Amino acid sequence: MASDAKTATSLWSGGGSPYAIGSKKFGMWLFIVSDMLTFTALLVAYTYLRMSTATWPTPFAFSPSIIFSTVMTLVLLSSSLTMVMAVHSMSHGDRGKTVKWILATMVFGSAFVILHMMEWMHLIRDEKVTPFSNPWGEPLFGATFFGITGLHMTHVTIGVIYLGIIAAGVGRGKFTYEDVEVSGLYWHFVDLVWMFVFPLIYLMSVKM
Amino acid sequence: MNAALAPPPSAPTPSETPTHYLNASYGFRSWLLTLDHKRIALLYLASITLFFFIGGFYAVLVRLELVTPAGDLMSAENYNTAFTLHGVVMIFFFLIPSIPAVLGNFLIPIMIGARDLAFPKLNLLSWYIYMVGGMVAAYALFTGGVDTGWTLYAPYSSTYSNSNVTATAIAAFITGFSSILTGLNFVVTIHKMRAPGLTWFRLPLFVWAHYATSVIQVLGTPVLAITLVLLILERSFGFGFFDPARGGDPVLFQHLFWFYSHPAVYIMILPSMGVISELVTCFSRKKVFGYGFIAMSSVAIAVLGFLVWGHHMFVSGQSVYAGMVFSILSFMVGIPSAIKVFNWTATMYKGSISYSTPMIYAFGFIGLFTIGGLTGLFLANLGLDIHLHDTYFVVAHFHYIMVGGAVMGYLGGIHYWWPKMTGRLYPEGWARFSALVLFVGFNLTFFPQFLLGYMGMPRRYHAYPEEFQVLNVMSSAGASILGVGYLIPMIYLFWSMRYGRLAPENPWGAKGLEWTTPSPPTTFNFDETPVVTEEAYEYVKEEKH
Ligand code: HEM
Ligand SMILES: [Cu+2]
Repeated sequence: MASDAKTATSLWSGGGSPYAIGSKKFGMWLFIVSDMLTFTALLVAYTYLRMSTATWPTPFAFSPSIIFSTVMTLVLLSSSLTMVMAVHSMSHGDRGKTVKWILATMVFGSAFVILHMMEWMHLIRDEKVTPFSNPWGEPLFGATFFGITGLHMTHVTIGVIYLGIIAAGVGRGKFTYEDVEVSGLYWHFVDLVWMFVFPLIYLMSVKM
Repeated sequence: MNAALAPPPSAPTPSETPTHYLNASYGFRSWLLTLDHKRIALLYLASITLFFFIGGFYAVLVRLELVTPAGDLMSAENYNTAFTLHGVVMIFFFLIPSIPAVLGNFLIPIMIGARDLAFPKLNLLSWYIYMVGGMVAAYALFTGGVDTGWTLYAPYSSTYSNSNVTATAIAAFITGFSSILTGLNFVVTIHKMRAPGLTWFRLPLFVWAHYATSVIQVLGTPVLAITLVLLILERSFGFGFFDPARGGDPVLFQHLFWFYSHPAVYIMILPSMGVISELVTCFSRKKVFGYGFIAMSSVAIAVLGFLVWGHHMFVSGQSVYAGMVFSILSFMVGIPSAIKVFNWTATMYKGSISYSTPMIYAFGFIGLFTIGGLTGLFLANLGLDIHLHDTYFVVAHFHYIMVGGAVMGYLGGIHYWWPKMTGRLYPEGWARFSALVLFVGFNLTFFPQFLLGYMGMPRRYHAYPEEFQVLNVMSSAGASILGVGYLIPMIYLFWSMRYGRLAPENPWGAKGLEWTTPSPPTTFNFDETPVVTEEAYEYVKEEKH
């Protein structure tokens, strides 16, 4: 370890350390920071509009909306756990297990998307909420709701496809540990974004 | 392009022509599928030059219309389209990619002693994304154009305009990704690929400037992207984010737009400042004065630049207190910019200055940027801006920085590194001459606009009161001189690719790793990874006798 640190320092006089992480991983971190700004801008816009609208509706009943979205949150959290397991297995070079854990992550991810679509359908059909109108007045409620959750869902969907590519490759002996870890970073990021979307969109709109 | 790069039939063929990145392979595929950062840089050079001329064409239309007070050459709608397309094309398709994508792409790996960028495939992808965005822009342009101003302000863009707003927004959205990926690539490259011995504080200032620029690109561009998405959703599907009738707020659009677009002005100027730092030291034969200050002022500009967007919105109805904070912060951005100007000046002080073409551009940059920056401070005044906002004073301000500053830096850089890029020297006499033509034409074009704006002529109208005519005619006359100033380098640079004298490795006697490679460099830049043992710009001052 000590000698590692020493080479790291001498490398530091040109390259590498103290950011001694691979280029791909570093690139993914930058991408995440960048994408984080996308969501930040959107959530700030949402907050701005909501703050300036005195009559912003808070229509979500505990059942089914909050129960449903809590289940979705748990599903997404579980997917992060299975992703951790996938990265862990890959660090031991166990490609078979890695593929299985990634597949589990994809199942959870897809489940999240399906549950979310059901939630959307429920809102559109039963509650008559669209991006343009809703029974409670402020049309922006629907516009921001579908805009933000839609962008997040797009990210989850892309994540599932991305993991599919990684899983297929890992199964055929392609890709290194770093590739799996990098895909994991993206996945956790998408998960983390939901942890902001969930309280801001759902919990703050509970019917009082 | 290809033909020009094929070995010249007339050139003397030395017994054995060395292989370099230009003659390593031939044919369309070798260019369109290349992963070589230097070839990708040339792909960008060709494409942004094309867009520069498209944008220039619309500038000609604008200046022609403004020769007479009456709106006689074109309708108000067509005039709106002309200045909008000029702005959109110049900003998103020329100036933002210009220095980073051409010079940065070509030079950063060489300057840090690397064989290529960290992600060569991503680099090629960036170019393709840029081209797809450019294609969509061309579509928008040929199917009626867009008339909202490059700022795409809602609610005009979202509700009322009958022009091609959606296509334009999509085009800017797409090229945005090219910008993000380029920035990401540069940051990783600069962190990870430096040659042994090349510590952060030995990096050329050009690299520091690009590092700061890249950070802005990575952090700012996604905000523009989501803003454009909201605009498209609103316009095409009727979401109401910016529409008061549906509870939205047009001022929100301005906040989001300027949160990107103010930092974006630094995307345009910082790389140019990086170029100037190289030119000033090289042609003063002196170590740069205050290296750390110049490097850190780039970073400071990048950070502060994110905090001043509200200075575009003093009259938008944002809170006065917000306006005061934005005003003070805008004054603070002036500090790192001024630090750079002082340091360049101090570098020249007692240097042995040679008036080669790149240095003439550097002089032009320093003078014009100073005027542009100082007038920025006028505009950052809460009270003064109420008078000056949306007048020609603003137009003159940003052209002094973006054309007088950024484009001068770009051309200076192109001249300085041209021998490296092409292996040929350009004709020095013509080059100096055209630099002077540019300087004169530029000032004649834009200085009268300060006066016009101060006297109250608003921007974005195709007609104006009689008393403004003299200054407008001066401006249009200057614009034609400026146009000639751009055409001359186009011609002789093209000419020199074939007929220019062969360039030695280091025609300027400059420091920096790029001058240790052959001109033009080989595909992988260095046969052996160089080891850096000295600080940047260790020029030994020549004693004057
Ligand atoms: C010393 C630093 C600067 C300050 C304090 C400053 C200040 C300002 C202010 C207050 C405005 C708004 C004027 C108005 O609309 O009423 C403005 C407009 C503008 N500035 Fe600057 N500026 C600075 C540097 C730059 C740089 C470096 C660039 C470009 C490379 C730039 C490009 C622009 C552009 C394009 C606009 C007009 C945008 C539009 O409305 O179309 N500025 N500047
Ligand atoms: Cu600004």
